[in-house]
Amino acid sequence: MTIIHHADDATLMGYAAGTLSEALSSVVASHVTVCPRCRAEVARMERIGAVMMAALPGAALLAPPPRTPDRDTVMTDEGDHVLAAIDRGGDIPAPLSRLVGSDLSSVQWKRLGFGVWHVPLALSPGAPGDLRLIKVAPGQAMPEHGHGGSELSLILAGSYTDKIGRFGVGDVADLDDEVEHKPVADRVTGCICVIASEQKAQFKGLFARIVQPFVGL
Amino acid sequence: MADLLQQVAVHRDVDAFRQLFQTYAPRVKSYMMRQGADPNTAEELAQETLLTVWRKAALYSGEKGSATTWIFTIARNLRIDRLRKEFPWQELPEGHDETASSDILPDEAVSEAERANKVQTALASLPEDQHVVVSLSYIEGLSHSEIAERLNLPLGTVKSRMRLAYQKIREAVEDLK
Repeated sequence: MTIIHHADDATLMGYAAGTLSEALSSVVASHVTVCPRCRAEVARMERIGAVMMAALPGAALLAPPPRTPDRDTVMTDEGDHVLAAIDRGGDIPAPLSRLVGSDLSSVQWKRLGFGVWHVPLALSPGAPGDLRLIKVAPGQAMPEHGHGGSELSLILAGSYTDKIGRFGVGDVADLDDEVEHKPVADRVTGCICVIASEQKAQFKGLFARIVQPFVGL
Repeated sequence: MADLLQQVAVHRDVDAFRQLFQTYAPRVKSYMMRQGADPNTAEELAQETLLTVWRKAALYSGEKGSATTWIFTIARNLRIDRLRKEFPWQELPEGHDETASSDILPDEAVSEAERANKVQTALASLPEDQHVVVSLSYIEGLSHSEIAERLNLPLGTVKSRMRLAYQKIREAVEDLK
């Protein structure tokens, strides 16, 4: 996998600081597991947070240190499944497998309109934004559209091309509301991606046009 | 601090843990309060952060990263989980450090303390407008959109200040090589 398109530094900083919404974070987390470059950037950005936290004047504690639990409760490696899942070559990055299972062939797609399928993914109750898988048939063009806020897409299979370039597996499209594009899925493979948007309503206009392609185009 | 963490990790040293606790818990509490937690909740979350350090210390390798960064990420994830009630997607550093530290942080020969010093100095020398957005993000926990609203700036300006600040800090750390 050769990754060409990365998340923006500002996006990665929001992720490292822990201020990115759950939807956007899930896409960054998925990209970061497959992208050594962004993983390293996030590590550097986390260091900034650590330095800032360490420089805060301490707040007085009311209670004494807690009694340390027994050895029995020592945790070993909860985190290793993440890399292990990637090494297994599954096509869904490990963070997302919590929501969609471990490979794309088992996904239950819902048809949205001509050549487009989707699966909305569950976020925590009250979490803002929207997260979903999108599958676009080979050669299918999406209507030209803008974005009502930040939007992050990670390509999971196939590729698409728009005026920015070609986006293949592992690439992230980090779009803000100033970008308008008209992505076209690869003629042979089509394209499957996971898309997170900052606001729930962002997709609605686009989806309405996919469902009823002759209205409003 | 990394040494204390090693003591905790390898020897389950309770005294070392108490020292870590006394160093970090007040700062984590402070961090949680700045992120909007009331003092009692902030203290609970600080306790829980340090207890997580105790429980997971065996996963931490002092050669790979900074104890402070590890503790920050634990605190950050706990904040997302408890204060924002959202799922924290971020793995703690040990989860992917194997490749991250050896391949990517090329400044291996330099000690983590030196790097942290450089970050500290670079932060202090940032132009005020950049320092503010970085602080609002990391310490107050505001999203870029919330920062834009708070400062009455376009979102793009907030993002570009974040990027500029990061580039300066990154260069300062790379100069160590």
